[in-house]
Amino acid sequence: MIQMLSYPFMQHALIAGTLIAVMSGTLGWFMVLRTQVFAGHTLSAMSFPGAAAALVIGIPLALGYYIVCICAAIAIGWRTPTRQLTGNLTSARIGTIQVVGFAAGFTLLGYSTHILGGLDQLLFGTFLGIDRTQLYVLFAMTCVVVIVTACIGRPLVFASLDPELAAAIGLPVRALDMGFLVLLGTVVAATAQITGALLVFALLVTPPAIAQRLTARPVRGMMLSAAIGVAIIWLSLICAYFSVYPLGFFTTTIGFAVYVIVVIRQRSASRARPVVA
Amino acid sequence: MSGYLLPAIIAGSAIAAACGVVGWFIVLRGQVFAADALSHFAFTGAIAGLVIGISPQLGVFGCTIGCGALLAIIAGRKVADDLTIGIGVTWFLGLGVLALAILSHNGNEGTGAATALFGSIDTLTGGDAAIAVSIAAVVIGLVAAIGRPLLYASLSPAVAHARGIPVRLLNTLAFIALAAVVAEATQALGALLLLALIAAPAGAAHHLARRPAAGIAIAAGIAIGSVWVGLAISYRLPALPASSTIACVTAVAFAAATLISRLRGSSPRHAHTDAVERHAHEPIAGAGEYHTHPTP
Repeated sequence: MIQMLSYPFMQHALIAGTLIAVMSGTLGWFMVLRTQVFAGHTLSAMSFPGAAAALVIGIPLALGYYIVCICAAIAIGWRTPTRQLTGNLTSARIGTIQVVGFAAGFTLLGYSTHILGGLDQLLFGTFLGIDRTQLYVLFAMTCVVVIVTACIGRPLVFASLDPELAAAIGLPVRALDMGFLVLLGTVVAATAQITGALLVFALLVTPPAIAQRLTARPVRGMMLSAAIGVAIIWLSLICAYFSVYPLGFFTTTIGFAVYVIVVIRQRSASRARPVVA
Repeated sequence: MSGYLLPAIIAGSAIAAACGVVGWFIVLRGQVFAADALSHFAFTGAIAGLVIGISPQLGVFGCTIGCGALLAIIAGRKVADDLTIGIGVTWFLGLGVLALAILSHNGNEGTGAATALFGSIDTLTGGDAAIAVSIAAVVIGLVAAIGRPLLYASLSPAVAHARGIPVRLLNTLAFIALAAVVAEATQALGALLLLALIAAPAGAAHHLARRPAAGIAIAAGIAIGSVWVGLAISYRLPALPASSTIACVTAVAFAAATLISRLRGSSPRHAHTDAVERHAHEPIAGAGEYHTHPTP
């Protein structure tokens, strides 16, 4: 146990995990509140075409992640006044954006044979081999996320809960929508290149979902969700260290188990706590 | 075109027709994320099938239809919410990663995962085509049988329930039909790209037609046309994989339909007020809540 902490790669993994859990716990809380889980899933999936494009064109990998994720965020947030006869086209649009990304990534893979072997890692990621520069980038991103959340947190909660009323009192609802998606895209791009797409999404959705079942208050909820995320990632890093099985499996399974336990306890207690959203 | 494409065309058309028909209802209900989730379950099912030693196809069908029924049961009379689906998806992807790790420990990695993710429509045989056609026929028959009450239950679940329509049963059947389509489409397009045939043609149809029958026909037509055009492009340019070209053709169709409905919908003079008015009624971009627009 102590020996585990003496390895630099484990120290880096634990620090990176903490930073990522804080970022995704905070932003994920808004994502769950705004019922944009599908959008978040699509953004985290966009790291795959981002990496493929960067490898084929020959630009730095990180740049590919940022460009594709931010473009996808803008495409999801972009709304044009269309004549929509029936149905809910928002989900169809997000699904189509996701598929175009995957199709592009898959086509590009054909041009660059040497990353096909790394496909699993691209999608599912590993936490090992994080270097010092990546830690600095993650730390800077975390600071940005915390500061931006502190600045626009209140109007964003308002605009998320009641967009019409928020627009009526003059809040820039559209700018907040777009700003949130772009911030989410940036964070996902920064995180996915280190952890893989799956782990980003797992930390974006499960800890906030648990936190929102436990408290309705925004600040407390965000802090709780970040704390749950940190606990999950630490526990799964320790489990992965002592076993041959991948980190992604432990992270998702621990998160899912905690969520199910919370849901069952609340059901059996059968008193409806107020839940935001 | 040579003979080896024939099974691909037949199987692709059958799968596309079923995807278009089921997709129209899925987009109407705002459940594209559920279709996405089922495609991920299909991936886990395929890898798990390889690990257990049964055929991947069996794993895909078992996992997808089982999870589809489970999601419908959890959701009950409501439409399954995105949060439940999202948490389920992450866990199943985690299980898929575990299965993948076990598989590579056994020294059996490589093409299996890539095929499950991106499919291989070119390698389908005549037998596969026959299976695809029969599954598509069963699914389309099922949707035709429950179409009217399902439409009612999708548009206003509460009223439908009050009038004695078995909403819960209909939701479950719709999910099982979707799961069957997803499982079959995984073979041809792969788990990551089959959403193209479900979301995009149906999205285009909802832009273009108001009447359900016309919308369903347009969705199926666009889906089949996309498969044909996609296969033709991939045949001409072998560097492009067929599943990617099909996905891109559907996306182009969706974009074109959006453009057409935009040109038809608002004259430039009123475009701005229209936008403001619509904005007030629109949900947050990307929100998965159940929502239908009043027809103008």
